[in-house]
Amino acid sequence: MIFLQLFLTFLKIGAVNFGGGYSMLALIENEVVDRHGWMTTTEFTDIVALSQMTPGPIGINVATYTGYTAVISAGYNIPLAVCGALLASLSVLIIPFSLMLLLFAVLSHTQEHKSIKTVMAVLRLTVIGIIAAAACSLLTIDNFGTPALSLQFITSTLLFACTIYFVWHKQVNPLWALLVGGIVGGLVYSFAPAP
Amino acid sequence: MKYCSLFGTFFKVGATTIGGGFAMIPALKYELVHNHGWITEEEFTNYMVVAQSMPGIFIANMATAVGYKLKGTRGAIVALLGCAAAPIIFILLIAAVAHQLNHIAIVEHIFMGLRPVVVALIVVPVFTLARSAHLTWCNCWIPLATLLLIVLCHISPVWIVVAAIAGGFLWGAQRNKRELP
Repeated sequence: MIFLQLFLTFLKIGAVNFGGGYSMLALIENEVVDRHGWMTTTEFTDIVALSQMTPGPIGINVATYTGYTAVISAGYNIPLAVCGALLASLSVLIIPFSLMLLLFAVLSHTQEHKSIKTVMAVLRLTVIGIIAAAACSLLTIDNFGTPALSLQFITSTLLFACTIYFVWHKQVNPLWALLVGGIVGGLVYSFAPAP
Repeated sequence: MKYCSLFGTFFKVGATTIGGGFAMIPALKYELVHNHGWITEEEFTNYMVVAQSMPGIFIANMATAVGYKLKGTRGAIVALLGCAAAPIIFILLIAAVAHQLNHIAIVEHIFMGLRPVVVALIVVPVFTLARSAHLTWCNCWIPLATLLLIVLCHISPVWIVVAAIAGGFLWGAQRNKRELP
């Protein structure tokens, strides 16, 4: 039952997502692509690109899009896909929301506790590994092109390297990188001779 | 009346900030502290710390906190739905269109250019987080072990997070005990 699976999957992702948007992307990638096979690596990468370019937190964006696509891929119609999208994006919010309310109800003021600090420090380190794992599973021939030294592979590698350099070193807004990638892709692959 | 402006404010922040997460902080702060005066600057900082240390989506946790402070549980629900509404609507529209368009050649070509950029954008936070999490030679085994367990042993990140919480808690308790006389 796709709807129950979507609900449970995104409930779980919401509960264990420490460390912001990219950690959530990594969790969604692991569940949705590697575990459930609701979409391919390429589809997931495209969804991330679209979610980056639209307003709103990337976690909600990707959850909505994933819910929609998973239900369509399971062979249902568009109204049901909209329900799947709503279900996925709302279930990701349930547990954090409940925990926040619980925290406010139980504690009148937040106490700084050494154990909590250590937990956060360990979690921050774990999140690095989780995001790195997602990056590894996205470094595929589907996303970069094949064979090696083909036009697509060389273009992809250049775009990849330039994005890392400019976004990490020069702190360029990721939106510019996406804009350049889209334009380069549109020009190079439309005008290059077909292999 | 406050419910409407609570919903409206978070709707606006959710609808206008591209890039998500921390890109929203300045806009959110302006709205809550300066424009509406619902919370003080100090409260804003406190809520930020809480919202970041809880699981989930940062802006959604901020909405829950502010909504709860102003109008209790109902306010929290209104603010939460406010910040989620615009992104959900946008993405539904895009999803409906994108599923029709992905057979057109130029669209596929643009995405072929976008894909390596997206992968790079996911690699970058690995480096930036390594700096902010104070990665050293002594603790780099934690992210490395996480990476290997997920990629090679196919262990779900969910279990690794659960283990990290348990391990961090025990380690912290140990340190507490040692420092107390």
